[in-house]
Amino acid sequence: MTSEAVYEVRNLSFSYPGYERKVLDDASLILRRGEVLCILGPNGAGKTTLLNCMAGLLTPEAGEIMLCGRDIRTMNVKEIASLAGYVPQLHTPAFDYRVIDFVLMGRAPETGMFGRPGTDDEHRCLDILEGMGLGHLAYKSYLDISGGERQQLLIARAIVQDPEVVLFDEPTAHLDYGNQHRVLRRIKQMASEGYSIVITTHNPDHALLLGDKAAIVSRIGKIVQGDSSFILTEETLSEVYGMDIRIRYIEELGRTSCLVPGL
Amino acid sequence: MGREKTLNSINRRGGLINAALFLVLLFLILICLCVGKYSISAGDCLKILVGQIFHLEQNWNGMDENMLLGVRFPRTMASVMVGASLALSGAVYQGIFKNPLVSPDFLGVSSGACVGAAIAILMSLPSGLVQVSAFLGGLAAVFLTVAIPGLMRSDSNIMLVLSGIIVGGAMSSILGFIKYIADPETQLAAITYWQLGSFAYVNNAAVLSVLPLSIIATLVLLAMSWWINVLSLGEQEAKSLGADVRKLRGICIICSTILTAGAVCISGTIGWVGLVVPHFGRMTAGSDNRILLPACCCMGGIFMLLVDTVTRIIGPAEMPVSILTGLIGAPFFAWLLYRQRRNVR
Repeated sequence: MTSEAVYEVRNLSFSYPGYERKVLDDASLILRRGEVLCILGPNGAGKTTLLNCMAGLLTPEAGEIMLCGRDIRTMNVKEIASLAGYVPQLHTPAFDYRVIDFVLMGRAPETGMFGRPGTDDEHRCLDILEGMGLGHLAYKSYLDISGGERQQLLIARAIVQDPEVVLFDEPTAHLDYGNQHRVLRRIKQMASEGYSIVITTHNPDHALLLGDKAAIVSRIGKIVQGDSSFILTEETLSEVYGMDIRIRYIEELGRTSCLVPGL
Repeated sequence: MGREKTLNSINRRGGLINAALFLVLLFLILICLCVGKYSISAGDCLKILVGQIFHLEQNWNGMDENMLLGVRFPRTMASVMVGASLALSGAVYQGIFKNPLVSPDFLGVSSGACVGAAIAILMSLPSGLVQVSAFLGGLAAVFLTVAIPGLMRSDSNIMLVLSGIIVGGAMSSILGFIKYIADPETQLAAITYWQLGSFAYVNNAAVLSVLPLSIIATLVLLAMSWWINVLSLGEQEAKSLGADVRKLRGICIICSTILTAGAVCISGTIGWVGLVVPHFGRMTAGSDNRILLPACCCMGGIFMLLVDTVTRIIGPAEMPVSILTGLIGAPFFAWLLYRQRRNVR
């Protein structure tokens, strides 16, 4: 009962211009409809590079990426953006937009070069913000709200794009403990609504919490992929991060967690 | 429905701001047409202008008419057009480079256009070609400025500003060299006029030859104002939202450079307007370029019109406008930075 592949990455290779080292070397990956895939790996391994290749932001040296059955090299940026939403790492924009205008930028794939979104689009944005419990922020200034709220709005903007897949680049980076888990809860909820999801993360416990698929990008640019319960073992994680890591089932919580025994 | 109301009232606010600014601009144009060392009454002024379009019985002074139509009207229109062009192109450059610190002067566009004009003057080309050359000079300068951070694989704000300083510095040296070899009797004065910026010798022909292209560039930029919001998020984010960054940015750069070079063609280089007016615009109209860009056109026109009128009125001899824009612009920008210190990094 395998459902259709939303993303298929085949034999991908990538190195940054001017560097010998291959960040990705003959790497392959598959994401099926409705799956949540966590990409893990040490600092400097090609997690974000992989994500950016999948979003069409970087052009790989070799290999192909199929998005909903189409080779992304044959698609223009608008076509890619209408299928794959991208949630970037939390950042501060140079200019201060109102929240609704910021979220409205998710309508770009549907907007012509000399056009602008209309009232319908604004209503759509308000619907989505209200659905996410963020309606009260709509007319506030994007620079005046908290980091946790901004990360949620980046997600709202991706939903406004109405994509099949949402790619998250370290959605929990720069967030406090509570907001990290609020973002994960949101991701889980999106998965239950039918979105396919890819996230990169530095925290293997997040992969266990989301509990679906996991992929590990190694230092030499290879990928291993599978069910997270299968892939995320003490041996693999200890090797990936170069330190002793334990995985324990915690009875009170009814879940497996990833822990470091001590320093 | 409550939501509909809020949305409408908020969307209407931008339109109201721009309508108000436009009315203020029209009102000031009328005032500035009347005042000066030779003053004309507002009633006569209106009658003369309307009389150009409809047939009216002439009951005004012929001197007034010559003064108004031959000198003051072209000059007023030129200052409004230059102010609007510089402010609009400044706001667009700031948006597409997601950098509130750039402006036509900082990116080297103005000095590049000035060098282009100076080279054409040096080769004794006709005035039409002087303008073409100014445009090419401006375009070359902006591409150099944008290319330097690209070569260094850096997209930091500081790098772009530094790159603008490099190109601007090189351009002013080239300009110095051209002035050094120019014929002091004829060419030098023309080049210095371009460099200092003034509306004193504005003529209808120059304004009319620049006007069509500037209007087209303005309309294109206003039509793309929403996309400038998207571009202002940075190259990668804009691309992930489905923006064809290279194409959109290219069109914006070309249109803004047409506006800046057009302004240089009319009045020579005038500093500070393209930097300060967009900031003031963001404080009053907000950052949304759909509202900000038309607001900048009006505000730039108002600012330049007032500054030029002051240079016309005060003192026995006319002062170059750049002196006044700098004297107003520099402390004003310092105050703006102080106000926005929280948001400037």
